[in-house]
Amino acid sequence: MAYLPQIIFLLVLLAGIGFFTLNIRQLIKNIKLGRSVTLEGSKRERYKNVALIAFGQSKMLSKPVSGILHLVVYLGFLIINIEVLEIIIDGLFGTHRIFAFLGTTYNVLIATFEILAALVVVAVAVFWLRRNVLKLSRFWKPEMKGWPKKDANLILYIEWVLMGLFLIMNAADLQLQQLGADHYVSAGAFPVSSFISPLLDGMSVDNLTMLERGAWWLHIIGILCFLNYLYYSKHLHIMLAFPNTYLGKLTPSGQFAHNETVAKEVALMMDPNADPFAAPAADAPIPERFGAADVMDLNQIQLLNAYTCTECGRCTSECPANQTGKKLSPRKIMMDTRDRLQEVGENTKLNKGEFKPDGKQLLGDYISAEELWACTSCNACVEACPVSIDPLSIIMDMRQYLVMEQSAAPAALNNMMGNIENNGAPWPYNQQDRLQWAQEN
Amino acid sequence: MSENQLIVPTMASVAAKGKEAEILFWVGCAGSFDDRAKKITKAFVKILNKASVSFAVLGAEESCSGDPAKRSGNEFLFQMQAAGNIATLNSYGVKKVVTACPHCFNTLKNEYPALGGNYEVVHHTQLLKDLLEEGRLSLQGGVYKGKKITFHDPCYLGRANGVYEAPRELIKKLDAQLVEMKNCKQKGLCCGAGGAQMFKDAEPGDKEINIARTEEALEVAPDVIAAGCPFCNTMLSDGIKNKEKEAEIPVLDIAELIAQAADL
Repeated sequence: MAYLPQIIFLLVLLAGIGFFTLNIRQLIKNIKLGRSVTLEGSKRERYKNVALIAFGQSKMLSKPVSGILHLVVYLGFLIINIEVLEIIIDGLFGTHRIFAFLGTTYNVLIATFEILAALVVVAVAVFWLRRNVLKLSRFWKPEMKGWPKKDANLILYIEWVLMGLFLIMNAADLQLQQLGADHYVSAGAFPVSSFISPLLDGMSVDNLTMLERGAWWLHIIGILCFLNYLYYSKHLHIMLAFPNTYLGKLTPSGQFAHNETVAKEVALMMDPNADPFAAPAADAPIPERFGAADVMDLNQIQLLNAYTCTECGRCTSECPANQTGKKLSPRKIMMDTRDRLQEVGENTKLNKGEFKPDGKQLLGDYISAEELWACTSCNACVEACPVSIDPLSIIMDMRQYLVMEQSAAPAALNNMMGNIENNGAPWPYNQQDRLQWAQEN
Repeated sequence: MSENQLIVPTMASVAAKGKEAEILFWVGCAGSFDDRAKKITKAFVKILNKASVSFAVLGAEESCSGDPAKRSGNEFLFQMQAAGNIATLNSYGVKKVVTACPHCFNTLKNEYPALGGNYEVVHHTQLLKDLLEEGRLSLQGGVYKGKKITFHDPCYLGRANGVYEAPRELIKKLDAQLVEMKNCKQKGLCCGAGGAQMFKDAEPGDKEINIARTEEALEVAPDVIAAGCPFCNTMLSDGIKNKEKEAEIPVLDIAELIAQAADL
């Protein structure tokens, strides 16, 4: 019976981690529904980007207020996880504060966790105020209605609760240490919970133990629940930011993707020996679609981008089209891609690995042509993203589908393209007159 | 008359003489046909002539780089244009290209290599900066001395290719006072013309992008708005006209500023 808490702990831990693993495997499966990508460029540069952009938060700081607040929560998340390690060991072996033998180092660690926890509570409060009271416009765009708004607030509440439980646990522990209760070694420094501790004065050892144990269990169960909430929320960035910045574009942002499918067609057209009437070989693969109409037409990096997006809206607030009231919102492009990918992923899972057409697609059912045509390809969204997401590449792939598969460009653009085809300029001028300016005064 | 006569050799004429031009000046469609942009082209050629730069143009052999086709989603047309242009450029053995259009600059520099076109491509502000630093060009008179000039970063020069300093250094060389808009460099606001928007009406919204950008420029009360792209130039000129400020605040390309300061 003495081992019962340990057995329960092991089961809870296995369930939490197991369920999370299943979801991550589903996520990887979903991402693999996209076209594969050959990675180019130096690995060194990629690791440098992970170090600077993901670990170093370099792009977050371009907005100093949210940048610094985020840094606090991020550091809290990274460092307080050391405490989780202790909780897991204690839970599995029935020990209490196993790292207490570290002495002064342990005191410094616990003190650091407490200060960070308090700072996280404050930062999360400011985040909440910015979102719900100050109503920063980027949090109140049309795509943020409903679940995205709830999701964002829920994450803030969970963080509050987790930090609160951590501090309550320590406050009760401190009382128990002072009362010389069994099992509660005198260890740790409590710069924050020592202010909470007096509220517990006069409580019996039994009640304090219940409070400490309760907070301890709820804290670790809360962490496991939060871990499993990630897959259903916008919060996956806390993990995916790392692979995403690794896979971020290394070439100049003005260099748009080279389309190899089209290159093959163009080469064939220009090959004087090619027989234009030849039937394709019986075993020839089905030609790839030009551009993207659905998530399967996008590449795996673009799909990872969609899961990485945490809906901060920095892209949308920098977008010139969005700023001037157009429907386009780069954040919505990413959210739609993710939502559609989830839908396609579920469908594929239910149909034993084979996607059963559901009469829907990303283009039209999620993202409208109007949004796509409003883009000026200025790269402001790409520049603004703190985790190297590239909404522009998705917009451009979808434009390719609209134009090359559907001939559905706006009439004015069709005129422009007709002019380029006929006279090598977007306007109806004769190519022979290209040097006329040199004769004019 | 002869003093003002531009010397604009074509690659064909240079090759016919058995010579080679060091730099190909890629004029671009706007620079060739658009009345406002042609002035920029001529100002730049005046400077090239003054500095005795060995250059040539393609003339009637030049064709659209394909930028608006690619950004519209017509990869076919883009690659056809690129293939034609690359064949022409390679037939002349072109090594270095200069252009006053950031869209051509970006396309030739970044998107032609995958199709077999490998050249050193520079924006005209980069070449002008080199000419001044090498002493091949000098500025006197200082028509712009002390004037407040703000520079609008073209997206395809700035964010797309990280060229922020060359145009700014040129403005400083004019002894002018460079004033920055609240959104500049990496955060520069688009003029609204990129991604083939130049050739279509904007989607429904509550404002035109070029008006928004013009307002940002007017906030710093400049004497001149400097641009480095023929399309930005058009968009901002339209914005200034909309605000009825065209009599007071000219929108000028960096090449025009340099040509005027060098009294060309």
